[in-house]
Amino acid sequence: MENRSSEHGKLWHWLDERIGLKDIEKLAKKKEIPVHPHSIWYYFGGMTLFLFIIQVLSGILLLLYYRPSATEAYESIQFLMTEVQFGWLVRSIHAWSANLMILALFIHMFSAFMLKAYRTPREVTWLSGGALLGLALGFGFTGYLLPWNELAFFATRVGTEIPGILPVFGPFLRRFLRGGNDVTGATLTRFYGIHVAVLPAIITLALGLHLFMVQKHGMSVPPDVERRGWSKRVMPFMPNFLLRDLVGWLCALGILAALAAFYPAELGKKADPFQPAPIGIKPEWYFMAMFQTLKLIPSHILGIEGELLGVLSFGAVGAVLILIPFLDRRTAAGMPSRFPAVFAIALILYSIVLTYLGYTMSATK
Amino acid sequence: MKGMAEGKLKQFMERRDFLNWFLGTTAGAFVLSVLYPLSRYLTPPPVAESTARSVTLSLKPQEVKANSGQIFRFGSQPALLVNTPAGELKAFSAVCTHLACIVQYRSDLSEIWCACHNGHFDLNGKNIAGPPPKPLEEYAVNVRGDQIVVSKKV
Repeated sequence: MENRSSEHGKLWHWLDERIGLKDIEKLAKKKEIPVHPHSIWYYFGGMTLFLFIIQVLSGILLLLYYRPSATEAYESIQFLMTEVQFGWLVRSIHAWSANLMILALFIHMFSAFMLKAYRTPREVTWLSGGALLGLALGFGFTGYLLPWNELAFFATRVGTEIPGILPVFGPFLRRFLRGGNDVTGATLTRFYGIHVAVLPAIITLALGLHLFMVQKHGMSVPPDVERRGWSKRVMPFMPNFLLRDLVGWLCALGILAALAAFYPAELGKKADPFQPAPIGIKPEWYFMAMFQTLKLIPSHILGIEGELLGVLSFGAVGAVLILIPFLDRRTAAGMPSRFPAVFAIALILYSIVLTYLGYTMSATK
Repeated sequence: MKGMAEGKLKQFMERRDFLNWFLGTTAGAFVLSVLYPLSRYLTPPPVAESTARSVTLSLKPQEVKANSGQIFRFGSQPALLVNTPAGELKAFSAVCTHLACIVQYRSDLSEIWCACHNGHFDLNGKNIAGPPPKPLEEYAVNVRGDQIVVSKKV
């Protein structure tokens, strides 16, 4: 009784008796972060989460002015950007934070991949992370259409045509995504509903599972580090790691604010379904490597349509990434395995080269 | 006594099996009765496709310069009217056969071109370079007085 008031206040005890704060405190104090030369990569999951929270908050603000219809969407954003005080800032933060979140997510994924954090018992953590990646790209794709501008219109035409070339289910899938045979106002309301309701609901579950699994298993120490004789040094999560996390978030917020202020999001021209695709049309940078691949692939390879082959190989690469815990038998058996690093570096190099070509190759030749 | 108890137990088990089966079927039927309208709801209703076989353009033939192209509406779909360098009027579907972007006429190449993935078509609509796998559908163009009438072939 006597040390009660010394550590915590009356309110804390009132709450503890009702919701069990002591257990949470014990859990937080128990959590430790391994310290070794690759510890830096532990920060990118939290960074992704931080940027996701910014997405939720700025997205809610955008909802107050946005109107999801083909006749009003573009105009409502024009109004937001020009009339609403700091409307430009909120939208620019939403757009930039989306990009930074995808970047942080890619770094988080590739580092976990190369450091083999997916191995037993963390397969479910890895799979839920894969689901989160898919959901994040889904957010990006559906959100991109909402301003209803020229770029968004053609990106969505192409993006919804891609599943359409798959055999059997393709045409149905395309119609289902578009809410009709073409990209119209029906597609816009559909994407809006997916962007602000369906995906947020699913991502809440997937994120909850991911964070629970991370909490359950703790941070993975890379097998290479363990083999080299890791000193077993750790740092407490509370407050040492969390404070370091905060420093990272503060830096991210600074970068985000600078980008949003100096390079505000553009709106472009309103979508017109009876105008040709504009010269130099490009997708978001994280779809650029795939876009450029589809551009360079010949129309037929060995009698198969090039785009189908392209889409199938994207699927195969994605499948290797997602299923790596079950494919990498050497790591599972406790042996050194070079495949993940080689695969990841090859994939990163390929993406960088194709993205570079996408931004530099003449659009009209 | 013992036999009777066993008989009762057996009967009880059968009753439980029946109830489980009954509950399972009911739950399954309930799920189906939710999923069926839901899936029907999510599938967009078919919108009557424009059955127009031909369209009269609001353009006059003399308004379309040689070596130029113009997008027009053919029913609900975009189409492209091209006046070739030789002065011949031609019309094609403007939907690229690759990934459905809208094509345009390139007067510098005298070709039809898709900006999305750099697909090239010649003035017969044939795919000649880049990723498009099929030619563009060609429409028949008839000039009646100062009206341009574009109609589907076949």
